[in-house]
Amino acid sequence: MIAYIVRRVLYAIPILIGVNLITFTLFFVVNTPDDMARMHLGVKRVTPEAIAAWKEDRGYDKPLVFNDRARGAARFTDTIFFQHTVRLFVFDFGRADDGRDIGRDIRERMGPSLAIALPTFLVGVLINISFAMLLAFFRGSYLDLWGVVLAILLMSISALFYIIGGQYLLSKLWHLVPISGYGEGLNAIKFLILPVIIGIISGIGSGTRIYRTFYLEEINKDYVRTARAKGLSEPRVLFRHVLKNAMIPILTGVVVVIPLLFIGSLVMESFFGIPGLGSYTIDAINSQDFAIVRAMVFLGSVLYILGLILTDISYTLVDPRVRLQ
Amino acid sequence: MPQEFKVPRRVGPRVLLAVLPLLITVPEVPAAWNNPYPKSDEGKNIYYTAFAERPKKLDPARAYSSNEYVFIAQIYEPPFQYHFLKRPYALVPLTAEAIPQPVYLDRRKRRLAADAPARRIAFSVYTVKIRPGIRYQPHPAFYKNAQGLNPYLALTPEEIDRYDEIADFRNTGTRELTAADYVYQIKRLAHPGLHSPIYSLMSGYIVGLKDLHEKLRADYRRLKAEQKNPYLDLDKYELEGARVLDRYTYRVTIRGKYPQFLYWMAMPFFAPMPAEADRFFSLPGMAEKNLTLDWYTVGTGPYMLTVNNPNRVMVMERNPNYHEDFYPSEGEPGDAERGLLNDAGKRLPFIDRIVFSLDKESIPRWNKFLQGYYDASGVTNESFDQAVSMTGAGEATVSEAMAARGISLVTSVAASTYYFGFNMLDPVVGGYSERARKLRRAISIAIDFEEEITIFYNGRGIAAQGPIPPGIFGYREGAAGINPYVYDWVDGKARRKPIETARRLLAAAGYPGGYDAATGRQLLLYFDTTGTGPERKARLDWMRKQFEKLNIQLVIRNTDYNRFQDKMRDGSAQMFEWGWNADYPDPENFLFLLYGPNKKVGAGGENAANYDNPDFNRLFEKMKDMRNGPERQRLIDRMLEIARRDAPWAWGYHPKNFSLAHAWVYNRKPNLMANNTMKYLRLDPQLRARKREEWNRPVLWPLAVIGVLLVLTAVPAVVSYRRRERRARL
Repeated sequence: MIAYIVRRVLYAIPILIGVNLITFTLFFVVNTPDDMARMHLGVKRVTPEAIAAWKEDRGYDKPLVFNDRARGAARFTDTIFFQHTVRLFVFDFGRADDGRDIGRDIRERMGPSLAIALPTFLVGVLINISFAMLLAFFRGSYLDLWGVVLAILLMSISALFYIIGGQYLLSKLWHLVPISGYGEGLNAIKFLILPVIIGIISGIGSGTRIYRTFYLEEINKDYVRTARAKGLSEPRVLFRHVLKNAMIPILTGVVVVIPLLFIGSLVMESFFGIPGLGSYTIDAINSQDFAIVRAMVFLGSVLYILGLILTDISYTLVDPRVRLQ
Repeated sequence: MPQEFKVPRRVGPRVLLAVLPLLITVPEVPAAWNNPYPKSDEGKNIYYTAFAERPKKLDPARAYSSNEYVFIAQIYEPPFQYHFLKRPYALVPLTAEAIPQPVYLDRRKRRLAADAPARRIAFSVYTVKIRPGIRYQPHPAFYKNAQGLNPYLALTPEEIDRYDEIADFRNTGTRELTAADYVYQIKRLAHPGLHSPIYSLMSGYIVGLKDLHEKLRADYRRLKAEQKNPYLDLDKYELEGARVLDRYTYRVTIRGKYPQFLYWMAMPFFAPMPAEADRFFSLPGMAEKNLTLDWYTVGTGPYMLTVNNPNRVMVMERNPNYHEDFYPSEGEPGDAERGLLNDAGKRLPFIDRIVFSLDKESIPRWNKFLQGYYDASGVTNESFDQAVSMTGAGEATVSEAMAARGISLVTSVAASTYYFGFNMLDPVVGGYSERARKLRRAISIAIDFEEEITIFYNGRGIAAQGPIPPGIFGYREGAAGINPYVYDWVDGKARRKPIETARRLLAAAGYPGGYDAATGRQLLLYFDTTGTGPERKARLDWMRKQFEKLNIQLVIRNTDYNRFQDKMRDGSAQMFEWGWNADYPDPENFLFLLYGPNKKVGAGGENAANYDNPDFNRLFEKMKDMRNGPERQRLIDRMLEIARRDAPWAWGYHPKNFSLAHAWVYNRKPNLMANNTMKYLRLDPQLRARKREEWNRPVLWPLAVIGVLLVLTAVPAVVSYRRRERRARL
């Protein structure tokens, strides 16, 4: 398995270079270094000299990917792409355009992102699995029908509606939790209740429907019929046999998401004033801060690859027939 | 404070030990469950407000936007400030003894009379004397040990790695403010690593600033090749235009006559910066910990930044070393009646702490204000109908619901202008021919800005009659102030000319019925703009309809702000809209937007319409150096007449600011120039605590209903399960 993991990690390197190249191209198609300078220096009284000085100070005065004035390897290394990308591979994210250390900001903001994402994810998965199992248990009945209708209804509502509705009901009308904000340590709990509840409810519809499908697929297989023929009760069949086998497709979707929990939720963090990585990314896009955008895309890619590797590993744990070679 | 808990008898000692740490650290829950602030802060003299966008830089040499000034103006003290209550806006001393009168010199540096003509004045000298005894806030940069040394200045990067924020430096000190600190800051404007936004402007005025910049730049480049964040000791560099005369006096020499320079000196750009602070924050390893002057402030002002987390909350606390400063005893007529002089002569500041919470979205911000968790609020389009009512006379007042809560409204016309511009270089709408003028005037009449203000801004604005907004010298009220090419004075009000007048002008311009008389084609014009979203689309549709009144086809070229700026710079836009916020209360700061040498194309200036009328330019050059008075007003009137006749802008509107506050907030008066107004605010925290409790009692019955509903929905499942089990057993 170790050889497999090493191979997957090595495969990741060209993928990450490609992701960086695409991010770099997309960003600089939309924004030139001059645009970045103007955004940073403000809109009033910005002179061409000030723009040139800003670019020089931050290394954006070099050619983008190929420096025809340089010689040898410097043709590729003395470029914005190389100078601003290579350090990412040792997780040196450098400085944002406002001078702040990106690595430090990411470390600080990871906590609040996880504080929402982790309980939302864990409780959400638990509820989705249980609810889907319940529907599968009552398959074909009115309970199943209305459960699916409810799931579709929950899926059809926009996340924004849940947020605004949740804030209106729980905070504005019933005065149960703060409408937005964040606190240090355990004081953060009162701020997390509402976004976590909303995150869970907004995910129930899609999660339940897909897990129900996985269960129903398993329920009609021969080994289930055999289990029933042995005289096992329906709950025992479902929990002991069906659940275990349905875990493989469930894991595919679940484990891959785990590392991405660090990245946070863009909309949720913005609406609830949570100082996480989601709002960090949105702010960076709005302020055309390439350094942060590049760092966050890189981090997202690394975590996604990590998620895929973890998914492969988790297969071996759930299904002994799977061997990684 | 941890809450007390009664331990039931059944709980064994082991369980108790296990949960004890949790009980000790249990979060403080205030009486109102939705209170976002700690219980320990209830009833305290704290002002709560929000910020929607995190400040990018707090260094007074770099900060230039309102979301940065709201913080640094309470911390850094330039020598002068604007009088809080008086109108028209007047400069008064802050740390200075008095407002200096400039001494004028000719080219040979011989003294000239105060009324010498501007062309003879080669230099203006401002000598500023600051008050002795003003001290900085406590800060580790000033700490001295028994040997009189600051050990923090000898920290290595490895040692600095142990500090995460300024509060981690346990030892602090202070020192007296000196004239050298002001001179040091003026030198910082030329620092090549700081990119001060006013360097370019100031290098044209402050003698020697450009030379200093060149020297610093050469040294900075050399040092940057060796280290990441090089430190330049500015005390070692001379600046001819800024010199220390004695401990409390400094002199600034600028080229020519520039009366507006005093206004610049009232901005944070000219606030003092102690050299120790610059050195402290330039230590290797500081920037890696985000410990920089961009994020941590060192000032003499009424407040000091004690918590700086721009991602969540920023807290300012009363500076214990703040100098004597008193609430003004004079204001304008009506201030006493409004209670604005009740605190006359009392020592400032009134509030102990200011908490700024990051709240990006307007809905949570508004709801928190209604719940009493923010003390003041602006009025957004979404909350306008809920917050504001219009009286029969068209005056804005708070709605009944707001009035019942004791909320009050103050309004003011902003010192800003949002204009619709024509590119004067464009072959169709530009140029100075009578035909082009008539076309522009026809369009100016057709675009009904009064309607736009009503539909899209809930009446929060006034249609502009020229570039100068109300409150700035040069603006005229009434019939004398209207743009006679667009408005008529009817029944004591400015009334937009009928559309038939615009159609006649259009025909006279060679486009009868909207068709080019020469080619027979319908007139097609291009409007460059930026912005997206449903509201924006509605406004652009509205704009198209304005042109349809003249049967002109309007093509809207909507793009992102970067591309829009590119178009403006290379002059490829035909018609556009843009805005300007005043830097200082002087007509020069608006009329320069139409000054020829300040054109966007070629000169890179702020004259986006590229308007260049020699008569206007000549009058501007004469007017800009004059004192306010009848002669200056006469020149401004002539300039406005020229600009209105040429119509390089369709003039647009001046927005109105609406601000709401709760009954426990006192001394609110809009001051569009001053940013350091938080020191004048006073609170009644007890009233606030009572109201918060009254308005935010938890409503618990919905939780019970939800619980019952969940049980009820579980019943059919349980029944069905039992039935199925019974069937299986049979």
